[in-house]
Amino acid sequence: MIDFPRMVKVAGVKKDGGVVVLSLAERFPSQPGQFAMLWLPEKGEKPYSFLSENEFGIAPVGELSRGLASLRKGDAVGVRGPYGRGFVLKGKRVLLVGGGCGVVPLAFLAKEAKKKGMAVTVITGAKTAALLSLHSSLASCASVFCCTDDGTKGRKGFVTDALKDALVLKHYDCVYACGPEKMLRLVAEICVKKNVPCQLSAERLMKCGLGICGQCDLDGLLVCRDGPVFEARDLLKKPSFGRTSLSASGKETVL
Amino acid sequence: MNPLGVSFCGSRLRNPTVLASGILGVTAAQLKRAEEGGAGAVTTKSIGPEERSGNRNPTCVALPHGLLNAMGLPSPGYEAMGEEWRQLKKMKVPVFASIYGASVDDFRRVAAYVADKKPALIELNISCPNTAEHGQAFGFEPSVAADVVEAVKEVSGRVPVSVKLTPNTHKTVAVAKACEEAGADAICAINTVSGMAINIEARKPVLSFKKGGYSGPAVKPIAVRCVYEIYEAVEIPILGVGGITTGRDAIEMMQAGASAVGIGSGVYYRGPNVFRLVCDEMREWMRGNGFASAKSLTGAAHD
Repeated sequence: MIDFPRMVKVAGVKKDGGVVVLSLAERFPSQPGQFAMLWLPEKGEKPYSFLSENEFGIAPVGELSRGLASLRKGDAVGVRGPYGRGFVLKGKRVLLVGGGCGVVPLAFLAKEAKKKGMAVTVITGAKTAALLSLHSSLASCASVFCCTDDGTKGRKGFVTDALKDALVLKHYDCVYACGPEKMLRLVAEICVKKNVPCQLSAERLMKCGLGICGQCDLDGLLVCRDGPVFEARDLLKKPSFGRTSLSASGKETVL
Repeated sequence: MNPLGVSFCGSRLRNPTVLASGILGVTAAQLKRAEEGGAGAVTTKSIGPEERSGNRNPTCVALPHGLLNAMGLPSPGYEAMGEEWRQLKKMKVPVFASIYGASVDDFRRVAAYVADKKPALIELNISCPNTAEHGQAFGFEPSVAADVVEAVKEVSGRVPVSVKLTPNTHKTVAVAKACEEAGADAICAINTVSGMAINIEARKPVLSFKKGGYSGPAVKPIAVRCVYEIYEAVEIPILGVGGITTGRDAIEMMQAGASAVGIGSGVYYRGPNVFRLVCDEMREWMRGNGFASAKSLTGAAHD
């Protein structure tokens, strides 16, 4: 009965840049890009990407995520999942592009790519140096390039600028990206123009996570069940991708 | 001749399967997907008088024999849906518009607006168990349900009006009769069964709303019983909903008295193509059992 939250013990909680790494005492066989619904009674339930089979990376921005970030070893969290379709690794040389806490599933993907013997490059971006996350984990399996909006670390500017340059300098077999949808749309446009295969993890508000409530609609695609990872060329056909999404009431809202 | 074709309140349906309200249905694109999945008609998620976000998550879980949900009637509000109505004009199958309100006046106001968009049918959701102030209270008392129907019929023009009933009362059949007398053109039965699930390790009800509406295979016998009894009590057609995931389930519901069948949780069990799968299974069963048309299934189990 995986579609009912099971209470799982917390093994540890550790801050890493802009995210808090929540380690669980159990493993969930999962692929990078898949997610689980994490539940704290009275605080809510939301989707979080796996960082490994027993870890999640959480940006403490809302009531639930702050609650998750303040858990201690031995506390319990409700888990249902894994859900969704993850990234599919292709080729020998791959480029990963993460914006903000979008780097979480990419850190999982980088480890898997390294295990397969691929050459892995990561472009990671955040508003400021203190919010760059999972740097040492990424550095252990990839060449890492940082961007910050304010220039406090790495290149000053957006990951999409770094991506354009990277694609000029080297050939990559596939680009993988996760982050805010506005950034993803730009990544998709850059890759399609350069004819580089690209997989993106889309971001929508989710409720059921089971493919029935329709809340995570992306112009007919269900992000929870059909995604969250899609091919860039498929998403570029969707007018709302990177532009609008549905609020909790179902109202179309500009991103 | 298409053996699965049926008519329902003046609409020609290519088959008797209808996407039930509340499943997908937030956007026109999702309704289109149900159409592509084979649905004979689709129902919008219930449209309310103003913008409402619904309940906090968890709003839906799966239990061993069914789904328990308390979405809580999220809706952008009827006036914010202009673009969706434009998109819905492109649908090939009939679109049923589900509406809800917290008062008789709400129902009238929303119905007047929606009727103007010319859906194939307006479905009155007087049976949602998942909010404090809307929904099933209207479906508990025959006279109250009749008041809603009368108010809506004053403004609905030529658009037929169906009433979705709750099984969470012993008066379901009396409510159906009262709705028919008040002018309803069809009955939709049933909405979800009120229930609760507790996570025993957390020592808490799992849904944030605590209670929820139970649907899926476990509620089918309840739905079949309701439809069977309503069929004996009223003349208007019935859309039978509750636990239909296979062709055999759909045939059972039609034999109980349904003219068409709603599918909701079945989308969870078999995906958005559940409609096509159910139709294939119906066709095969009908061939092997001497039924030339789906129409002739309706009420076949009655004396």
